[in-house]
Amino acid sequence: MKAQASAEQETATKTGADLLVEALIGQGVETLFGYPGGAVLPIYDAIYRAEGSFDHILPRHEQGAIHAAEGYARVSGKAGVVIGTSGPGATNLVTGIADAMMDSIPLVIFTGQVAKGVIGTDAFQESDIMGITTPITKHNYQVQEIEDLPRIVNEAFHIATTGRPGPVVVDIPKDISSTVYAKEVKSDFHLPGYQPTVKPNPLQVSKLHDALVEAKKPVVLAGSGVIHAGASEELKTFVQNYQLPVTTTLLGLGSYPGTCDLSLGMAGMHGTYSANTALYECDLLINIGSRFDDRLTGNLKHFAPNAMVAHIDIDPAEIGKNIPTHIPIVSDAKAALEALNAKTVKGLHHKGWMDAISQNKIDYPLWHDQPDELIVPQWLMQKVYEYTSGEAVVTTDVGQHQMWAAQYYQFDRPNRWVTSGGLGTMGYGFPAAIGAQLADMDSTCVAVVGDGGFQMTLQELSVLQERRLPVKVLIVNNQALGMVRQWQEKFYSERYSESIIDVQPDFVKLAESYQVPGYKIETQEELLEVLPKVLGDDQPAVIDCRVLQKENVYPMIAPGKGLHEMIGVKR
Amino acid sequence: MKRIVTATVHNRSGVLNRVTGLLAKRQFNIESISVGRTETEGVSKMTFVVEVEDDRKLEQLTKQLNKQIDVLKVSDITDKAIVARELAMVKVISNPQIRSEIQGIIEPFRASIIDVSKESVTVQVTGKSDKVDALIDLLRPYGIKELARTGLTAFTRGHQPQVAEFKSYSLLK
Repeated sequence: MKAQASAEQETATKTGADLLVEALIGQGVETLFGYPGGAVLPIYDAIYRAEGSFDHILPRHEQGAIHAAEGYARVSGKAGVVIGTSGPGATNLVTGIADAMMDSIPLVIFTGQVAKGVIGTDAFQESDIMGITTPITKHNYQVQEIEDLPRIVNEAFHIATTGRPGPVVVDIPKDISSTVYAKEVKSDFHLPGYQPTVKPNPLQVSKLHDALVEAKKPVVLAGSGVIHAGASEELKTFVQNYQLPVTTTLLGLGSYPGTCDLSLGMAGMHGTYSANTALYECDLLINIGSRFDDRLTGNLKHFAPNAMVAHIDIDPAEIGKNIPTHIPIVSDAKAALEALNAKTVKGLHHKGWMDAISQNKIDYPLWHDQPDELIVPQWLMQKVYEYTSGEAVVTTDVGQHQMWAAQYYQFDRPNRWVTSGGLGTMGYGFPAAIGAQLADMDSTCVAVVGDGGFQMTLQELSVLQERRLPVKVLIVNNQALGMVRQWQEKFYSERYSESIIDVQPDFVKLAESYQVPGYKIETQEELLEVLPKVLGDDQPAVIDCRVLQKENVYPMIAPGKGLHEMIGVKR
Repeated sequence: MKRIVTATVHNRSGVLNRVTGLLAKRQFNIESISVGRTETEGVSKMTFVVEVEDDRKLEQLTKQLNKQIDVLKVSDITDKAIVARELAMVKVISNPQIRSEIQGIIEPFRASIIDVSKESVTVQVTGKSDKVDALIDLLRPYGIKELARTGLTAFTRGHQPQVAEFKSYSLLK
């Protein structure tokens, strides 16, 4: 049947959906994350007829598809491609679109739409996805004419992956994808309103070089812009040349090797003492590809109060948005760092500062309690780091487990850390791990999730069952919404409103019902026995690891406080 | 402070929504907005009058507008030598007795009466916003039945004087 159908197709003219499939092939797309439905039937038919062109991943909820695409994009460096149907299919994608927008993840999302003739009539499964996604996309399109489709697809990929990356939605009415079109179509494009500046201004680069040579207390803040630009090697050279201490944002973890001497670890609300103190005391702050998020800066009044601020960012709107900037450099991080690395460095003036920072690292390390038998999550993270030799791809949801993973898993390479930073999406980690694993089948992929977040997207266990993807789901199970509980403990007089959730499924049986091996770990002894074995094999796994419920993430900067007002710095 | 910002945009469906949605999302307050086609096919021009707190907010506004794919160019022309005009139509309650009185009021404003009925006249006035304001204030005592303003539209003059000269030209500061 199928062979006959495709033979007919070759002689017949193409539908809009065929043009879409051709354009996707032209873009080098290999993996699709999608869920069929009424308005995308023609598209799914074209995918069926183009058998072998794509690996199509069918999640069990559209949110799973888009988070998987985000994980795929983060690890592969390519755009993640998502297909959803109209109405609820499209609205189920909204959380992931907003998440990708906040974290600058390149995605191209195709949504079905009701036929053009009935748009605006509240037709079955109609939603105004253009209106809904305009504020949460880099750009969006609704295809009005079939001959525009290939051009729009190419524009969408171009916009999603260049400049500051982001999600682009392409809404395709059903009559466009099903119409047969015989004429030649043009797919080249010109976007006069979109010309990102990628080369730095040499004058500003020289200014930064001079400031670096003069500085007594310089510090580098590396964000995910370094990772998007593929500039980790350039950053290493830069840091080595000027002998600079480096701290990273949450999303910038891995942009600079966490185990290097010059690394101070993560800064911000749960950052290290040495990183936050360096940001507070510095006289020259070089921000490379970070957007000065409030979880990083704390109270803006107390952020780097004595510093000259240099900011390298490909998005000019980020420069000066939150922090007044003295040396603005609108550029791709790689190009800017290359320009800086071309300078000759002589006579630096910050030896004393480096000594003070090194002393801070020694005097104020991360700390945690260690009970005799039960497991604290910090120790669990150290063990995960140890058993995966620091080489795993780690994904997380949002909350306590995310912070512990960020603190204790020292990423030495970029594109190993997949987390929901800006939007802070529960349920992100597990589907993102599916996408991450597909982008890198050779690496161990650990989804570090909370017991709360996992229950938001656990239906994607079906994908592990179906594909035998060796994703390791590690549930950091404290039977609570840990971060909510921590804030209630600290700021709401221990009134634990709706944050203790002790009624749970049996995660082992749940996993087994999806034919995924399940393990429950309750003691340190069990952990030492089970974890190395499970993380080392090539099977999927769900590990329900019980940890102390009342453990808090420290150090911490309370909301409204400055970087110098950390609590829980020492035991 | 009040600023006049112009944006040339691709004349595509949804572009007005993109721009106003962006300004609303970033908490900018639009006082007036006018949109129309330009000399170039497919390109429209928007003129906003916005209220912003300080220069940093203003910079954010122009940068965020510039990021839009359909926005081609953004300019803050407040401090330039510009021509700025707005049109207003005012329906004023009047009977034949006071019609000539109204005629006398509007004449120095070079406004004109464009519609007359038994109980009202409609005045059309064109000019800078403060001139329009002044005329409306004078007409208010007669009773304004209806008022519609287009919002300001503006562009720079053909000749831009040197920086030192044009401080006093600033319209809305």
